[in-house]
Formats: sequence, C-alpha cells, structure tokens
Amino acid sequence: MIDFIGKKQWFFLGSAIVIIVMIISLAAFRLEPGIDFTGGTSMTLSFTPQVEQNQLRQELTALGYSEAIVQRSEDNFFIRIKEISPEEKEALISGLETGLDTEVGILDHDTISPVIAAETARNAGIAVAIAAVAMLIYIAWAFRRMPSPFKWGTCAIIALVHDVLIVVGVFAILGQVANVEVNAMFITAVLTVVGYSVNNTVVVFDRIRENRTRGISPDFAVTVNSSLTETLARSMNTSLTTLCVILALLLFGGATIHYFVLALLIGLLSGTYSSLFIAGPLLVIWEKGEWKQMFPWLSSLPKTA
Amino acid sequence: MSKRNIYWLIFIIALLGLALWSILPVNTKLLGSNGLTLGLDLKGGSQLLYEANLSQKDASVSDAEAMAAVVEKIQRRVNEFGVTEPTIQKLGTNQIVIQLPGVENITRALKLIGETGLLEFREQRFDESGDPVINETTGEPVFGNESATAIGKDGQEKALTGKYLKHAYRDVDPYEGPIIAFEWDSEGAYLFEQITRRNLDKQLAIFVDNEQISAPVVQAVISDRGQIEGRFTLDAAADLANKLNSGALDVPLMLINQRDVDASLGADSIRKSIIAAGIGLVLLLLFMLAYYRLLGLVACFSLGIYGVVLLAIFGFFPITLTLPGIAALILSLGMAVDANVLIFERMKEELRSRRTLGAAVEAGFNRAWPAIRDSNITTFIACIILFWLGGTFGAFMVRGFALTLFVGVALSMFTAIVITRTFLRLIVGSRLVTNLEAYGVKL
Repeated sequence: MIDFIGKKQWFFLGSAIVIIVMIISLAAFRLEPGIDFTGGTSMTLSFTPQVEQNQLRQELTALGYSEAIVQRSEDNFFIRIKEISPEEKEALISGLETGLDTEVGILDHDTISPVIAAETARNAGIAVAIAAVAMLIYIAWAFRRMPSPFKWGTCAIIALVHDVLIVVGVFAILGQVANVEVNAMFITAVLTVVGYSVNNTVVVFDRIRENRTRGISPDFAVTVNSSLTETLARSMNTSLTTLCVILALLLFGGATIHYFVLALLIGLLSGTYSSLFIAGPLLVIWEKGEWKQMFPWLSSLPKTA
Repeated sequence: MSKRNIYWLIFIIALLGLALWSILPVNTKLLGSNGLTLGLDLKGGSQLLYEANLSQKDASVSDAEAMAAVVEKIQRRVNEFGVTEPTIQKLGTNQIVIQLPGVENITRALKLIGETGLLEFREQRFDESGDPVINETTGEPVFGNESATAIGKDGQEKALTGKYLKHAYRDVDPYEGPIIAFEWDSEGAYLFEQITRRNLDKQLAIFVDNEQISAPVVQAVISDRGQIEGRFTLDAAADLANKLNSGALDVPLMLINQRDVDASLGADSIRKSIIAAGIGLVLLLLFMLAYYRLLGLVACFSLGIYGVVLLAIFGFFPITLTLPGIAALILSLGMAVDANVLIFERMKEELRSRRTLGAAVEAGFNRAWPAIRDSNITTFIACIILFWLGGTFGAFMVRGFALTLFVGVALSMFTAIVITRTFLRLIVGSRLVTNLEAYGVKL
C-alpha cells in the first residue's frame, strides 16, 4: 500500500511551491489577452510566393501598423492589429500584395469591437466563478450523508483551484516567453478542466464514502489511504487513455486548436495528481483537525469557534 | 442466457443497425446521405454579429418588434443575395448574429446586410432672391437636409421614402448602364406627383442612407414610377434594389464582430482532426486490450458502438460539428473509457476476493455506478455553464464544444451501463471463458 497520507506534507510542499511559482508568474506577467477580450483584428494569411517574417513586419509598419503582432503558424502568418473596418482590411491586403509582390490569401479573419470584448471578459469571469460555486454545492449535495459535507466540497474546490491556477500560470509564462494569447477557447479549456478536476475528485471521494460506510477502519486516515490506493489503478488508466487521445490531438490536430488542447493536457495531468495527492489528504487533515499540527502558529491565534 | 440479456442484445443490435443505416455510406458528404452539419470553422464562411441602436427606433414600436422587423428584412436581403443555408438570429435583446456559409464576397455582403437602405429625395435650396444655392468649391447645387415632403391622401404631411415603394429592380439603361427602376404604391405615387410637379425643371437629389446617389433634373411630372442612375456596377445596382425591396432597417446596426474562415482552412482542420482521432483511438484501444485483455476487447466493441451511435446522433438532430466540437468528441472517447475502467477495476477487485465471475460482473457494475453517476454530473455542470457563456457573445465554437461534450459524456454513461454490461453478462453466462487471466486477474 502506498503511503499517501503519511507523506502528505511532501505532496503539499511540492504543490505549494508550484502554485507559488504560478501565482508569481501570473502577477508578474499577467495573461496575454487575445482579441476576444480586448477587441481588435486578427488574421491568418497565406503568401504565394512565401515571404519572410521580417519583410512582412516591415511592410506592416510601412502601411501604418507598426504595433502589429506577427507570428509564424506552420506555413502561414498570424497577425494581430487594432480593430479595422472592412474597407481598411481591403486596403491592408492590397497594400501587402503590392508591397511584397505576392498573392495574399485570408485563411481566417476575426474582428471584434472592444465593446463586446469587455463583456466577454466579464462573462468569462462570471462563468468560472459560477462553475466553482456550482461544483461546491453539487459535491456537498452528493456527499450529504457524510458528516460535514461542505468540508468534502471545499477540499474538492481547493484541488480545483490548484488545477486551474497551474493551467492559468503556465499560460501566463507562455504569454511572456512565446506571446501565447488567451482567448474564448482558453476559457472553454479552463471550464473543461474544472469539470474534469472535480470528476476525478468525486471518484476518489466516492470510494472514501463507501469505505467509511463499510467501516473498514476506525482511523479515517487509514480509510482514506486505502481508498486512494484502491482507486489508483483507475485514476492512472483513465488518465492514460485520455492522455492518448489528447496527445494525438496536440501532435496531429493542427495549429488552430493547439493551445486549447495544451490547456486541456495540463489540466488533465494536474487534475489526476490533485485528486489523489491533494483532495484526499486535505480531507484527512480537516476531518481530524490536524491543521494545528501542520501549522503550529495557528494555535497562537485566538479561538473563534 | 437469461431472457433479459437477449432482449438487451436485440436492443443493442437494433440500435447499432439504425445508427449504421443513418451514417452509411461514409463517402457521400462526410457520413450518411445528409452528411454531418459542419460549423463555419470547418466548411468556411462568415459570421457577423451586429448590435442594434434601439434608442433610434420609432417610439410607437417595442424593442422586440423593431428587432423582429430588422431580422426579417435581413433575412430577405440574404435570401436574395443567394447564400446557401444562412442563419439569422436575434441574440439577447439588441444583437443579431448572421452566419453565411461559403460566402465568397464578404465585403459586398457586409454592405448589403448592415446598411440601413433608407431612400429619400431632397430638394434644391434657393436663396432669398430665388437663385439656387451653389457650393463654391464643387460648383454643384446644394440640397436641403430634410427629405422632400408632400400632403398624403389622408391630408397629413409625409416624407416620401422607400417605404412607399411597391417594387424596385435592377435594369440596364443603354446610356447609363445598370440602373435601379422602381414603382410606387398608390400613396407613394400621390406624393411623388406633387414633389415632381413643384420641382419641374429643377434638380431633385436621390439619397440613400444620407449619401447622394444622383441629382437628375425633373423633366416631367411623374407619379407611379421612376429610376435611379448612379454609375453602378451590376452587383451594386442589384444590391441596392435588394435593399430597397426589403425595406429600410428599423434601427441602425453596428458590426461588432466579424469572423471569416476560408474553406481551405476548414478542410485542413477536418483532415488533421481525423488523423488525430484515428491515432488517438488506436492507442487507446491497444492500451485497453493490453491491460484488460478480454475485458478490453469488450470495451473496444462497446466503444465502437458508442462512436457509431454518437455520429448518428450528430447526423440525426442535427448537431453542428465545429473544430472544438471534434476535440470534444475525441475527449469524450477518453471519458467514455473511464466508465469502463471504473467497472473493470471493480470487477477485478471482486474477482481477487474470490467471487464467481457472474457475481463479480454484477458487483462491479453496482459498485461503480455511484462513482460514474456522480463524477459525470460535474462535467454536465461545466458543459451547461459553457453553453450559456458561448451564447452570450455568439461564440458558436464554445457552444459546439459544450454541446458535443455533453452528448458524448451522456452517451458514454449509457454505453458503459447498457452495452458493456450486456456483453459481459453474455460472455460470463456462456461460460466460454473462465480463465481469470483472460480478465487480467492473477490470483
């Protein structure tokens, strides 16, 4: 049997270090918001004959788009500029065609007014918050026969926040080093990770619930530890099978959904880890009131309850 | 073999047959005779999101009425424009989302759809001595800022606008090239006669959306018909006639989001997704076979049925497939395996504790069920919230993902509980395989 509970400090320490790194990168770098949240125009352009990134950047500057972000995406170029009208877009394309002596194809184009972008950003925030609260309420309900079901819910939410922070933190770092932007699809990935993270935690909790009801051990720590061991094979196998399909999508699915799939992948790995090494051990600490042993300074605080 | 299992088996075979019948032949239009409904990101096209300025509507109509009228008029314009399967929907209280699959000339479509299309006439201005006012820089006569009015049949003063048109159409004048010819209804003719009479031998300017199109000299008093010249191209004349026929939009529209995807990019996305799905699926099935042996084989069969039925559901309803939707389909395969894994792990535990095969199958399902149920509900909650979020800003990609994942996870629960269980009961009941190692268990 693996000693999940006995080594819990190490798991917590590991997670705490990762989370702190993520929070610091998030605070320092912020996420690179895409046009879904700021407004603007983005296009994926193909050039025949092909042009160099530097040429394209120079030509864009010459046409008055010196602030343009230019990225290579497979054989094409992704450019992002301020919001432009359909007429300005036509002028830009014909300007590029004459300036670079090439034929330009617009593979995709997206123009979003800042008005709706602000609303989208707000709604995205609301959606993630509602999701977290809905999960808490749902778990409290699903585990209503356990003493203090809100403890179970809260532990699942802590694991969830852990996973979301890691995904968001990685994208803050990616935004800094590789200009990776977050868009509406990123929010979709985050919400999917929310669902997946809690999904895993519920499977683990379900086993704890069952073993507790059967009374396999008077010690809750032992109950949780054997539950975690019993669900380990399932957690690993489900993660591996899902990993198979996600990796295939990441490697062969094309540039359009590349970062969306990457966010799912990070969430999947973190979600599997946190359901075993964070949610379960946390529940033990809370149920047994071990907070003070782990954090001795807590006992110096005045008692409130 | 118990009767119950036979019934279930017949049900499963019937379901599979029905699903296969609906998605075959695979080669025509991507699965089945009608084909899957593809989103704009896969088949190419444009999505436009407009916001209506409701503060400028006529006070006598409600917001909803004004929006409904605008949607109807855009519908008419788009139908006349000739896009296959366009969708035009109101979104929230003041937004309209328009999807134009396969549209080639988006700039032309934008002018046609988003511009109000208000036709009006303006009279020349005269100074106190009765001479026409001339713009000193251009040398052109100056026209009033208000539309020309006349007394209607009911005795009220009315502005003559496009709303009194009976019909407008593109015509070709031998000298002017493409023009728009129009006919007034009886009220329009009554007003037009008075206006042409008092402007005889003067210029009368024709304005569309506050832009002067032309200013011909009125050569005769005319009532029921007229024409608009303006050095149009054939397309421009056709589009203006189309706009005038549909009627002026009741409120001005502002384009707040435009998304165009080229059909070649969509085709590329489909090709790559199919490759990715194929590779992912093969890896997943190999893993299941290697780890769970006979149970893995059962899982492969039920996943096969899962895939066929899922595609049939997509074709039947039809659910629009988008690129994120394909990602959700592939992801749901991973989740579909989860239910099987949960059940198999339970079964193996039961077998290790020396239960009989039959008892292990039943106990495995009964014990795994609460975990399957409770855990998938969390994915459902996330999907519902995503579906709402996608609807707030016309993000069909987000909606496509949420809907697909929801359907996929729901079907995966059904597959695990009905199909996998029936197969396992039949195999165990037949006593063909009793060697526990075939179930991946070593005692």
